[in-house]
Amino acid sequence: MKKINRRTWLSGATTAAVAIAQTATGKAVQVGVPIEQFWSDDPTKQPGTPPSQVGTRSPFEKLVKSPSEISSRTPLQDLHGILTPSDLHFERHHNGVPAIDPAKHELLIHGMVDKPLVFTLADLKRFPSVSRIAFLECSGNFRTGKETLSPQDICGLTSQSEWTGVSLATLFREVGVKPGARWFLAEGGDAALMTRSIPVQKGWDDAIIAYAQNGEALRPEQGYPVRLFLPGWEGNTSIKWLRRLELGDAPWQTREETSKYTEAVGDGKIRQFSFDIDARSIITFPAYPAPVQRGWIEIRGLAWSGRGTIERVEVSADAGKSWQVATLQQPVLDKAHTRFRLLWHWNGDETEIMSRAIDSTGYVQPTFRQLLDARGGNSGYHMNPITAWQIKRDGRVLHRPETR
Amino acid sequence: MVGLMVSFRPMARVSLTSSAQTRSLDTIPTPVRFGFGRPVTATELTRLDIDVQPDGKGLPAGAGTAVQGKVIFAVKCAACHGTGGTGGLGGALVTTSMTTTAVVGKRPDKTIGTYWPYATTVFDYIRRAMPFNEPGSLTDEEVYHLTAYLLHANGIIDEKATITAQTLPKVVMPAQKLFIPDDRRGGPEIR
Ligand code: HEC
Repeated sequence: MKKINRRTWLSGATTAAVAIAQTATGKAVQVGVPIEQFWSDDPTKQPGTPPSQVGTRSPFEKLVKSPSEISSRTPLQDLHGILTPSDLHFERHHNGVPAIDPAKHELLIHGMVDKPLVFTLADLKRFPSVSRIAFLECSGNFRTGKETLSPQDICGLTSQSEWTGVSLATLFREVGVKPGARWFLAEGGDAALMTRSIPVQKGWDDAIIAYAQNGEALRPEQGYPVRLFLPGWEGNTSIKWLRRLELGDAPWQTREETSKYTEAVGDGKIRQFSFDIDARSIITFPAYPAPVQRGWIEIRGLAWSGRGTIERVEVSADAGKSWQVATLQQPVLDKAHTRFRLLWHWNGDETEIMSRAIDSTGYVQPTFRQLLDARGGNSGYHMNPITAWQIKRDGRVLHRPETR
Repeated sequence: MVGLMVSFRPMARVSLTSSAQTRSLDTIPTPVRFGFGRPVTATELTRLDIDVQPDGKGLPAGAGTAVQGKVIFAVKCAACHGTGGTGGLGGALVTTSMTTTAVVGKRPDKTIGTYWPYATTVFDYIRRAMPFNEPGSLTDEEVYHLTAYLLHANGIIDEKATITAQTLPKVVMPAQKLFIPDDRRGGPEIR
């Protein structure tokens, strides 16, 4: 076992690895130390670290979200499979992440119901539970404009988790939703008191009052201790830090469904209550910033649709002239990120690669141009265009910016 | 309990055994009500039920005027939304063509005057979320004044108009006729 001296103990700020130290009582515990001091030239020549209470990522893995003032994006290009590690799930909030004591947090359901009720977190956990793997995407998830953009920059506001909670239908039965109720207001307990109006039908269909994410309690950034989760719908509707549901006969017309999360669609018209996320895909490898080498390359990416399952993903390695059907990795789930891959032999010539998703409704992921044409030249929320990567002769991979 | 223990493959056993032996947890009829949760108190409802609806439901007592709202705005809002609400880091709230000075800010084209379909939303949003650095600090009276000010600054109501629970829902917003419901349906058409 490596000896830890006092200086190492004090260098907490720069710690990167985990090693073992003796506490005053002689108990072996893990402490952080700089990699250089901890890392052995030959790990077979010294005992490894003993079991720990909480595992950590290898210090060699630098997985980070990219925070701005209002959001933080998932590093899609660094991830494998279909699940997003909870600490890398994207964030979008309208006035910070609230600090909520779960023992004090309650959910009120009232309005057009027979029996208004207040549920503690413990109450919610007593109901029959449901779990579902599904993506969550912000409908403002699109950026372009320069070549040096990664998948994280372009569409890092989508992530996927297994969500567990109580089906909202179960709670609707508990409070007795009145026949005339058509919409419900969902309200968060954050500093924005975020509110959205949701059709009651979605509550009966598949809404989840979620208290867990990937096997543990929700992360604070994802709504701890309880959130609404609406599979396939724009992320903003899945109200986090949920404190109240009110049943009513008409939408509330909250600021978030009027001034925001609405899009101009031509002829001066503004589209509202655009809930479903249309099918989209993106190649996450090769992608900026990682360069590639000529020879065999497995093109990898993610595809998803808020309207059903991914039926097919097509990939072009010749700038859209021809398309090949990619292999879909099982499981291919409803309203979920689906992994696709296609083996490609790059001969070193300059080219562009891109993918397009086709979902179970027959929707084909459009180009940026098709979206603009359909929406009177406007860009805004719900932009899901085909994304192309330029492969340069020297192996550099760059985003191909969309032009009007 | 025996009925629950044999529940691993109910489908396969249906034809072999009586229903009593093959009942699984999932086939026990779910009760309509579990009896969890507790009734809400009147005090809790008053504290939590703060939303305002387009027909005015939820608006509290009180009244506001643009003249008084202007003063409050200058003190509590202008730092982030610019003088007269025409820009700044928090975004423009007032249509620039309505004022003489154009201030560069976020979304100067999407203001209360040009983009908001319901006047009740102005009251509801300011009361729940503003000022950004001190949400929930305004009195209902202040929110009425600020609502009146912003509606007047956007050229929607007269300077002399008084905004109350009765008058606010009657204010017709210029943008209301622009809003259409989602027309995307999936399938081959791009919308
Ligand atoms: C500390 C800065 C700050 C102050 C002070 C402030 N705001 Fe804001 N305001 C913001 C920010 C930031 C947003 C955008 C919030 C978001 O998008 O979630 C905003 C949004 C708004 C909006 C919605 C704008 C839109 O187009 O959707 C209104 C209305 C508003 N503020 C009114 C007010 C009023 C009235 C006051 C004074 C009582 C005020 N604000 C004080 C920062 C501020």
